[in-house]
Amino acid sequence: MPIAPSQYDHDVRASDAEFPASDRTRSEDYLWTLNFGPQHPATHTTLRLVLTLDGERVVDALPEMGYLHSGFEKLGEHLTFNQYVTVTDRMNYISPMANNVAWHCAVEKLMGIQLTPRCQYIRTIIAELARISDHLLSNGAVGLDVGAFTFFLYAFYQREVIYDIFETLCGARFTNSYTRVGGVSHDFTPLVVQKIRDFIKTFPKTLADMERLLTRNRIFVDRTKGVGVLSKEAAINGGASGPVARASGVPRDLRKDEPYLAYADFQFQVCCAAAGDCYARYLVRMQEMRESLKIVAQAIENLPAGDIHIGIDQRTSLPTKKQVYSTIEGTISHFELSMANRGFEVPCEESYMGTEAPNGELGFYIVGDGSESAYRARCRPPSLLHFSLFPQLIRGHTLSDVVAVLGSLNIIAAELDR
Amino acid sequence: MPISIPMPSTPPLTADTSDILRFLTERFGALETSLFRDQTRIVVPESKSLEVLAFLKDSGFDMLVDLTCVDYLEYRDALRRYGLVYLLASTLTNQRLTLRVFVDDPVMNPHAVLSDGPEAADKPMPTVRSAVPLWAAANWLEREVWDLFGVRFLGHPDLRRLVMPDAFTAHPLRKDYPLQGRGERHNFPVLTRDDG
Repeated sequence: MPIAPSQYDHDVRASDAEFPASDRTRSEDYLWTLNFGPQHPATHTTLRLVLTLDGERVVDALPEMGYLHSGFEKLGEHLTFNQYVTVTDRMNYISPMANNVAWHCAVEKLMGIQLTPRCQYIRTIIAELARISDHLLSNGAVGLDVGAFTFFLYAFYQREVIYDIFETLCGARFTNSYTRVGGVSHDFTPLVVQKIRDFIKTFPKTLADMERLLTRNRIFVDRTKGVGVLSKEAAINGGASGPVARASGVPRDLRKDEPYLAYADFQFQVCCAAAGDCYARYLVRMQEMRESLKIVAQAIENLPAGDIHIGIDQRTSLPTKKQVYSTIEGTISHFELSMANRGFEVPCEESYMGTEAPNGELGFYIVGDGSESAYRARCRPPSLLHFSLFPQLIRGHTLSDVVAVLGSLNIIAAELDR
Repeated sequence: MPISIPMPSTPPLTADTSDILRFLTERFGALETSLFRDQTRIVVPESKSLEVLAFLKDSGFDMLVDLTCVDYLEYRDALRRYGLVYLLASTLTNQRLTLRVFVDDPVMNPHAVLSDGPEAADKPMPTVRSAVPLWAAANWLEREVWDLFGVRFLGHPDLRRLVMPDAFTAHPLRKDYPLQGRGERHNFPVLTRDDG
């Protein structure tokens, strides 16, 4: 059982001219420092932890990030709204569709655009498929880090099925850049609908197999139960959201609390747990995958017919070729949107839209200045706040628990660093 | 089997923040408020920002969703250079509130008063009081604003760079820093095995 944190509480800071390291007493000379990362197969992507260890017990952890910083927010000030979606793909790259949906929902909120029902349903379906994909990888990685390789492979096989659906839909498995302002780039074809229906039929069996492997597995439970406990108050105060917060007892799910897209039309449950440890986060993600599948099943059967783009009079999404060649509004819209300093107008205002991404609350705070690119495109990354919670979760646990906790938080460095 | 524990149901969506605005104006005087796309925004001067944030936290805004900054150097009709944005949310009542604190800078306004407090008079950076005592989430978010914009937070326990390398000297998300950078990537010192 982990030792109570109060026994080891002391400050560990990197030395800095303005904030010198706190004086350490003689009795703490036995502690040694281990550098965990940034190049390490078990730190999911490039992040760094400077661990202070007493034998195998972690006394303190200093997380460091920034190894993958690529200036996404600066790019957001120079790329247009439809170009920037390619950059959002590369943030939480495990579920790029969810980032695309989040970005364009934020842009459309700023511009005051209301999507067509078909587009809303399509975006909901792909966002939920992205959620299933993300949770499969997250739980798969937790399993892999604690040694369960078969579980990981089962998860990855199902992700391949989802990738195949996305490839049939828009031609790209991975960095899809699927959404556009006021619509999506490709409509659902009958083949896509059929593949989604097949996935809905075959996925529950795999999920049951995966659960049979790990959920009541003595080794897995011993490694994750009671490890990395996050209390409800610490979760809310620390800005945790998504499965990390829900596993600590915070019943907040933006799909229910602030319904966006078509979520208000579907019946699904918010999955919460009370324990706040790694095991609870694993269970919450497993159950969330079932709920997401329910949403996809309901949505695909009730997909409204109609246009996926909003009307061409609104001059925000490219009209279809038929409209361009046969109607004057289509021609005008096409030219206006393709020319450099014409195109859609954005109000000189600021707005924020938070969506329930698989990792938590992914939101974009966009400042518009009337031009076709944002003045400021801020991404609120859930992984940043979860990573900042890491030291308090790991104090008192052993070195082997570091991987379990890090995996259960699902920190994606590309979203963390942007 | 997944655990099923009865959780309290979330209250229905209420974007109505008129109560909280009334309490705020009673307590702090008239505040500049606006409503845009169902978001309530209030602008608070730096001298009152920490008190207003503490009041909001006690009124139920227990979650700091985001703390970010906008550099208004190239924005038309902008009066002050930096706008700090605090996005607050309440997990209990499901309300959201956006708080903005505008801070100035000599680049935009040569007669700028960098901070209303006497203790920050000798600091060359625009300064705001830190919200870390209220929300732990503010810790890394303020570090990021310091790193990328150069807005200093008084009272922050550990104000270091977060995203950029420690040896970096500029504040890259400012509008006067070019997109391609100033050549820092080509000037990294090359370390050999003998140096380390």
